[in-house]
Amino acid sequence: MKRVAVLTQPLLALVAAFVLTTLVLLSTGVSPLEAYRLVIFGAFSTPVRLSDMIMLAAPLLLCAVGLSITFAGGLYNLGVEGQMIVGAIAAMVPLRLWPDWPPLLLWLIAALSGAAGGALWALMIGILRRYAGVSEIFAGLGMNFLAGGLALYMVLGPWRRQSSASLSGTDLLPRELWLPTIDRLRLAPAAPVIALLALVIVWWTLTQTRWGLEVRAVGLNPAASERLGIATARRMAETFAACGALAGIAGMLQVVAVHHALIPNISSGIGLLGLLVALLARANPRWLLPITVAFAAFTVGSIQLPLTLGIDSAIAGVLQGALVLFALATRIRQ
Amino acid sequence: MEQLWIDIAAVLAAAAPLVIAAMGETLSERAGVINLSLDGTMLLAAMTGFAVALTTQNLILGFAAAALVGALVAAVLGVFSLTLGQSQTAVGFVLALLCTDLSSFLGAPFVRLPGPAVPFMPIPGLADLPILGPILFRHDPVIYASFLLVPATAYLLYSTRLGLIVRALGERPAAVYARGIDVTRWRYAMLILGGALVGIAGAAFSLDLKQGWSYRHTLGSGWIVLAIVIFGGWRPLRVALGCYLFAALEIVATRSQSALPGIPTQMIQVAPFVFMILVLALVNLASSPTVARWIATLPSVWQRPLLVIVYRLRATAPAALGQPFERP
Repeated sequence: MKRVAVLTQPLLALVAAFVLTTLVLLSTGVSPLEAYRLVIFGAFSTPVRLSDMIMLAAPLLLCAVGLSITFAGGLYNLGVEGQMIVGAIAAMVPLRLWPDWPPLLLWLIAALSGAAGGALWALMIGILRRYAGVSEIFAGLGMNFLAGGLALYMVLGPWRRQSSASLSGTDLLPRELWLPTIDRLRLAPAAPVIALLALVIVWWTLTQTRWGLEVRAVGLNPAASERLGIATARRMAETFAACGALAGIAGMLQVVAVHHALIPNISSGIGLLGLLVALLARANPRWLLPITVAFAAFTVGSIQLPLTLGIDSAIAGVLQGALVLFALATRIRQ
Repeated sequence: MEQLWIDIAAVLAAAAPLVIAAMGETLSERAGVINLSLDGTMLLAAMTGFAVALTTQNLILGFAAAALVGALVAAVLGVFSLTLGQSQTAVGFVLALLCTDLSSFLGAPFVRLPGPAVPFMPIPGLADLPILGPILFRHDPVIYASFLLVPATAYLLYSTRLGLIVRALGERPAAVYARGIDVTRWRYAMLILGGALVGIAGAAFSLDLKQGWSYRHTLGSGWIVLAIVIFGGWRPLRVALGCYLFAALEIVATRSQSALPGIPTQMIQVAPFVFMILVLALVNLASSPTVARWIATLPSVWQRPLLVIVYRLRATAPAALGQPFERP
């Protein structure tokens, strides 16, 4: 019975999500099949789109992996978007200060700085929750707005373009500081490698170490864990910091591998999408990678919709949201 | 002096959608259900309300459609969380994103079209009163409705039998159940009523305050409303006060742009959000035992005024907020 449920439930969710999305598509009068062909396979149609998909999947996987740590600890980190932004800003600091240093060393420093920035930003949510009793959901959301304001300030203020300050971002980094990119593909292979490495390390830590066991125990029952001698508050703060660090590295990748500058919208909603991925994969972490790839593919594929079918690309978000929603519905009641 | 009354009136008008949404959310949270989908619901309702009002050239139909959308999204949240037992936070968050994308997708044909708007309707006679006239009686019907909604919500919660049930649903659902009242059914009712109000708030944006429709039309107001409900301690009058405070901050922030040319516009626009976090922290600190102990160590001259401030700031969430109800 249970074995059957494991297979039929995701299938049911998938069917329900496609039914809903099809209804939405039909209401606009376009052919749903044509739209699905673009959304699902569009990202695989040309090498450039495929590499765009990979470059979106890398930060997305980092965020989703980070969020799976906070979920294991029973917490919602809605502030992941802000942690990514602060990570990107923090990563810019060494890149702007010492552009003449050897790139490899500089990338390492930028990654550490980005991770530290994201982790500190996440810890502020933990501090607000622990010492001021602000729910992590609202603290996280508020800190997202704050981080967005900070990025804007840097772009328009201290780091504004020499020619003229504009919302389009800071001056581009010198070419040597871009993460090595395959010509004409916009693909920086280091980015997906870093993300996959993070996935393996986090998976191992959560399932094989005492720390991971304690985090999961806190997630299942904080009161009981406290009585068993686990430093519950400390573990919660650590999960937040770990998630923030991974989001910070995602922000650093957005800078050195994708935009090569700080732009106001540096996080591009990747953190929020990561929340959907993590929610969908929660029952089974083995699905983190495939779901990340699927969601990244939908997003990249949908970019062609306005040009070819004249419809808004947000339909990819509708499909992703509907998938998670119905997956929640069909999941066995806890 | 006249300018001051006009400014106050502008704040009251700007806060109208926030007040309507916040009263809706207060009702559902008082019944124990947190509707985290607010921001998406408001966007989807704003888009639908505008689209319906534009195609039918009928404002009432627009508002009705928006209310229906809000009620429907709330009902979906109810099915998933109250009936299927999923986390209200998770479902609400997913719904927020889903509705945002739905509003962008379905609303694309309506972007930046001129459409019908709620007409200005000063109340004859009262509008000419000194001071009160410009502040209260020179608005449009939506804003009058937002004024009336606040005492109405307070009356419903504190002076009716239904209000007693609603408050008990949020505090001690088991006790409500023991009195033979169907907890789930009444939570549905309050969630859907609250959702309908949130929908109307969305239409108040697209048909009144920020006439028209564009991508992310409500600028994150839904998230702010969630914070304001906490700030207001789930008490209608204080929640409304929070809405007016936030609207005033936004207006001050926009005005101070010209006074502080060194600071980028976009920085000033985030200021109210930052202020909200600080206030939330303060409100929560006021409710903590640590602060009570700290006050007790102070010289007695300071204790009384501090205790009064803390008492005023204190806000405690309904005990069963976000908790699933299991029949005993």
